[in-house]
Amino acid sequence: MKAFLALEDGTVFKGNSFGAEGEVIGEIVFNTGMTGYQEVLTDPSYCGQIVTMTYPLIGNYGVNIDDFESSKPQIKGFIVREMCETPSNFRSNGTLNDYLKQNMIIGIEGIDTRELTKRLRDFGTMKGIISTNSDFELKDKIDDIKSYEIKNPVMKVTTKEVQHFEGKGLKVALLDYGLKRNITRSLLKRDCDVYVFPGYASANEILAINPDGVMLSNGPGDPKDCDFAIRTIRELQGKVPIFGICLGHQLAALANGADTKKLKYGHRGCNHPVKDLKKDRTYITSQNHGYAIVLSSLDEKKMEASHLNMNDNTVEGVRYKNIPMFTVQFHPEASPGPADTAYLFDEFIETMNNFKNKQQLGDLQNA
Amino acid sequence: MPRRKDVKKVLVIGSGPIIIGQAAEFDYAGTQACQALKDDNIEVVLINSNPATIMTDTAIADKVYIEPLHIEILKKIIIDEKPDSILPTLGGQTGLNLAMEIAESGFLDEHNVRLLGTAVSAIKMAEDRQAFKDTMLSIDEPCIASKVVNNIEDAAAFAEEIDYPVIVRPAYTLGGTGGGIVNNKKELYEIGSNGLRLSRVNQVLIEKCISGWKEIEYEVMRDCKGNVITVCNMENIDPVGVHTGDSIVVAPSQTLSDKEYQMLRTASLKIISKLGIEGGCNVQFALNPISFEYAVIEVNPRVSRSSALASKATGYPIAKVATKIAIGYGLDEIMNAVTGKTFACFEPTLDYVVVKIPKWPFDKFVNAERTLGTQMKATGEVMAISCSFEAALMKAIRSLELNIFTLEQELLKKLSDEEIFRMLTDINDSRVFVVAEALRRNVSIAKICEITTIDEFFINKLNNLVMMEEELKTITIDNINSEVISKAKKLGFTDGTIAHFSGLEKKKVTEKRKSYGINISYKMVDTCAAEFEAVTPYYYSTFDDKSEVKMTDNEKVIVIGSGPIRIGQGIEFDYCSVHSVWALKEEGYETIIANNNPETVSTDFDTADRLYFEPLTEEDVLSIIEAEKPKGAIVQFGGQTAIKLTKCLNDNNIKIFGTEAKYVDAAEDRKKFDKILEDVNIPRPKGTTVYTKDEAIKVANDLEYPVLVRPSYVLGGQGMEIAYSDNDIIEFMEIINRVKQEHPILVDKYMMGKEIEVDAICDGDEILIPGIMEHIERAGVHSGDSISVYPTQTLSQSVKDTIVDYTRKLAKALHVVGLVNVQYVLCNEIIYVIEVNPRSSRTIPYISKVTGIPMVDIATKIMMGKKLSDFTFGTGLFKESEYVSVKVPVFSFEKLHDVDTTLGPEMKSTGEVLGIAKTFADALYKGITASGIKLPEYGGGILMTVRDHDKLELLPLAEDFEKLGFELYATGKTAKLLNSHGIATNAVKKIDEGSPNILDLIQSGKISLVVNTPTRGRKPETDGFKIRRKSVEIQIPCMTSLDTVRAIISCLKLGKKVKDLDIVNLDVFK
Repeated sequence: MKAFLALEDGTVFKGNSFGAEGEVIGEIVFNTGMTGYQEVLTDPSYCGQIVTMTYPLIGNYGVNIDDFESSKPQIKGFIVREMCETPSNFRSNGTLNDYLKQNMIIGIEGIDTRELTKRLRDFGTMKGIISTNSDFELKDKIDDIKSYEIKNPVMKVTTKEVQHFEGKGLKVALLDYGLKRNITRSLLKRDCDVYVFPGYASANEILAINPDGVMLSNGPGDPKDCDFAIRTIRELQGKVPIFGICLGHQLAALANGADTKKLKYGHRGCNHPVKDLKKDRTYITSQNHGYAIVLSSLDEKKMEASHLNMNDNTVEGVRYKNIPMFTVQFHPEASPGPADTAYLFDEFIETMNNFKNKQQLGDLQNA
Repeated sequence: MPRRKDVKKVLVIGSGPIIIGQAAEFDYAGTQACQALKDDNIEVVLINSNPATIMTDTAIADKVYIEPLHIEILKKIIIDEKPDSILPTLGGQTGLNLAMEIAESGFLDEHNVRLLGTAVSAIKMAEDRQAFKDTMLSIDEPCIASKVVNNIEDAAAFAEEIDYPVIVRPAYTLGGTGGGIVNNKKELYEIGSNGLRLSRVNQVLIEKCISGWKEIEYEVMRDCKGNVITVCNMENIDPVGVHTGDSIVVAPSQTLSDKEYQMLRTASLKIISKLGIEGGCNVQFALNPISFEYAVIEVNPRVSRSSALASKATGYPIAKVATKIAIGYGLDEIMNAVTGKTFACFEPTLDYVVVKIPKWPFDKFVNAERTLGTQMKATGEVMAISCSFEAALMKAIRSLELNIFTLEQELLKKLSDEEIFRMLTDINDSRVFVVAEALRRNVSIAKICEITTIDEFFINKLNNLVMMEEELKTITIDNINSEVISKAKKLGFTDGTIAHFSGLEKKKVTEKRKSYGINISYKMVDTCAAEFEAVTPYYYSTFDDKSEVKMTDNEKVIVIGSGPIRIGQGIEFDYCSVHSVWALKEEGYETIIANNNPETVSTDFDTADRLYFEPLTEEDVLSIIEAEKPKGAIVQFGGQTAIKLTKCLNDNNIKIFGTEAKYVDAAEDRKKFDKILEDVNIPRPKGTTVYTKDEAIKVANDLEYPVLVRPSYVLGGQGMEIAYSDNDIIEFMEIINRVKQEHPILVDKYMMGKEIEVDAICDGDEILIPGIMEHIERAGVHSGDSISVYPTQTLSQSVKDTIVDYTRKLAKALHVVGLVNVQYVLCNEIIYVIEVNPRSSRTIPYISKVTGIPMVDIATKIMMGKKLSDFTFGTGLFKESEYVSVKVPVFSFEKLHDVDTTLGPEMKSTGEVLGIAKTFADALYKGITASGIKLPEYGGGILMTVRDHDKLELLPLAEDFEKLGFELYATGKTAKLLNSHGIATNAVKKIDEGSPNILDLIQSGKISLVVNTPTRGRKPETDGFKIRRKSVEIQIPCMTSLDTVRAIISCLKLGKKVKDLDIVNLDVFK
């Protein structure tokens, strides 16, 4: 079946339908990872977005039950050049096409994704539509497209109740703004006792479990839309060690008076070089964000940039000066992408242990 | 970290002659290295014995030594030049071994010379099998069950322990020389013993065979700060068991999920960090297709063939970055030249698929064993880029220049279903074609996967192509439609192949296609999948609506490259193509190059203004020209690949710079050429053209045997043979006609005499001959396989005058504008013309270097309108150099079983070296040494077995050997003859005379040189064939021409050692 992809600038691409049929409007973003489409599909940070993969052959290794980053596909639509109907991999449980069909996600293939990417690069992220209606006309939809907004996406994707993943080690309260499962897995791998809280949970609720640390997750949308989270972070910081990733990183900065901005077309892929300024080492990181912290807005007294993006010098990490809190823009949990920065989880564990020891020491002294 | 300030002068070691397993990729790497050093104002001294390379240009390095890659020579260069550092990891295994040898000798410490980049200890850790295994174990990286052994008994014991089949891998050999999979004790003894002998340290690894696992490679970079990245990964379509150099390879991997991809990537980074590599490195893994189990196969702690491929596949210049790392830069300080914005510290991401197919020499060596295994056999490779795997594969197939344009092979179509099914088990060069044929015969995909163990993903892709063929067969002029054409084009079918399958006229297909608005488009390779704008990109074709070619108003010229490295068309044509591009740039033209060989300098993104990584078929090249609209094309420098496009380009009204198409044709067309020779009154050996076997026999008898038989329009004397009888003719014609011949076959009287070769530049009026070369071997041995000497040593002035006169007449008669190569034979004081090629030849780089005349640059400028008088070299014969240069061919026979090593009219060498010295004898000695021939040492055994008509000629040679103190051995009649002439010779039994016979003698180690002139017959069962192969296998030089033997004797008479030779740098020719 034929399908159409139209952008708000008037460009129309013709392709073939796969996945579900129908019509979907969303913000169109490109991801440059050559593998990891399954993780991308199910990453809640893509809430409200239609994703195009720059790698042309997608679906080669099918879909398996282990590599989901959440319980369902989170993207609004999927754009590929060539969708593989005959996947081959020992873990494959089915085709990408069937998976999207079952989950009612609209896909389009046969698109010149390079041309699409160049447009997004040159004009910035655009809104658009995928339609399988044979009589599709862009002019009928252009107003809908232009008025499309991603509203409160965090509330859509966050867990509604506290979940507990038992572990023998440190107790971590994980705030779910659109959590990728591999953050939970990364903590569990380090023996943490993990409580996943809704993103809107209050500081009191969180502190009530007496956590050794708080982890701020990734998530979709504009960080400035999340006042509730910013307030909570203000209340938590200083009381427990905090480690933030992606949206969590941006929220922590906002909580401390820094500013964020929307990037022209964002960073989405598995090959972004990030320099750890303290170590003077550059790591290849997995990224997925459309907003970034404004470097000049960092209050030197309170915080400093710990990591910078080698391509565009954007802030990739912040270390806070007087409180045990550090955050990164990229995804140390990988999935998809390189695991080169997984050491940050170890640093978080270390921070929590140090804090705990210091506190115990303080308690002893007080006693 | 900025670069090390203490590095001021660096010695770069090249990789020597092109051999199987070590080809043009090291010229590419070495050239990049030299340029990267010069960029940083570091003085570069280069040593490489290979004159056909770009890196040995005086423009690339400050001091160039075309000298044997020998430790004694290296020491002399270090003493003379006083470099502070050596860059050892850019010259392949040869360069690395030499650097390790000199480092271990302590010489470098004594002279305060350091090795840049990866430390010696790290290289040892990666290269020594046991040390490597221990290291991997220490970081929990799994290896395959294996054991290093130093003798065959231990090998057998371990093989029993881990069960057959096992793989034998000799340590420190390149391209896996001497290794293989063995299934039982008998095979182990055979291959294992050989491997032990070939290893520099007498060591082989016996390894559990894990055939059927996926073979995945990662190209990794690390700097001295510890920053690590992977440039790309690659998946071999052929599972483990086939050497990666002989595998069809796809980049990036296609069947790995992110989890597997990252698992192996992480392992690669861990390994390179543990080894402490500083530069580029290749890590090979075997991955179990049904689990996450994997094993590290090996690590190459240097740039390699795979890194050249990865560089071209991604746009990331590994060799350049490795060089910058070696002089101290961090990956985060080196710019990405393609984007100009980002740094080398990132990982390229591809938005296309790359397929590499090896180029094997089996079309040339028809008797060679075609089975592929752990020992590499390919001489070169092609790379293709597209947005689908299918299209990339189809492009790569037509880039091979095998006259095959699809997955269909006529030969296979004739076979029965049973035969095709049986052939699925064969692992050889035609595997993909057999699989496609099996799919056509309805063998199930599952069955094919089971038999071949090739991943189902790829079999499905082949099936898509087969189904497309079937669909195309149903097309008629009435039902042709836009959808089917669009689909076919996106799968990589050319208009020609659509026409072939549908039976429609090609012109009609093109017309229809264009009427549907389906047009070729070109996309960029930019390292970043369009995330950033690219500044020095290159292009590949797709069939999309949008093309990224930016039209410019500048005057443009397209240079057609020479495709994959093969016997007869090697790196020298890349040298020529690159020089032509440079000359065009100097003249102010915008340059475009089209080529498909990932190993070369010509396909480096900053050689030409624009690079088209495309097949070089008529249709593909015409499409590029249509898109770029250049002023014209240059076809003289790309070997036969380019020259054979002459007619097509001319027919399409595309301007060809230089000699016009009709004269190119006249040089090849027998009748037209004979007419020209008659007009200018130059003799040639009698002969004529024929089409059939019967005609050939009749002509041969009229001319009287021996005669030369060859197809026209071929390179490297392909299919050329000397026939001594009707039977020979019958045999040769059968072989020639296996490939469909569009042109007639030539039969000429064979003239035995001295062969002389000339390369000249002609501007239409005047000619310039930089030098005349004479061959050591008499006519009948292909010029590419002959030892060639400049300046000539035995020609009289009158002969030289005649040659200059003839060359001028020929060049003018053929209206040559640019280069012309003429081969003559001097027989009974008469000079005959054998061949005229109005194009660049194999000898151009060499003669350019030793005369100081940049022939390609001048020729290119002349083609663009200049005259010889615009240059300072004059006309006629240039003054002879006071240095003698001897070019010696190098062969790769040890890699190709069942190939006869006899020299003849068909070229067999893969590369060449040059010896330069004040005297002929010294130059010859250098050339022989550089070529790797181990000269026999005093007291060694010389075994002689020659055909009857050579026996008298052998006498003085044998006498020389005796006087030089060698022990002589010969078979029956020869021994008798020598003894009767007072030359003491041991008689040896022939093979069928019982044991110990001649083969036992060779095996015994007593023999250090074999002289064997072949009797007729090319069949492998002859004694001569067995003797020659045996010599190759145990690496004893075997001379099949008495002329070469004479040359060897003159070296021996010299009584010098390598350390007695003076070194010469190319400045003497300035």
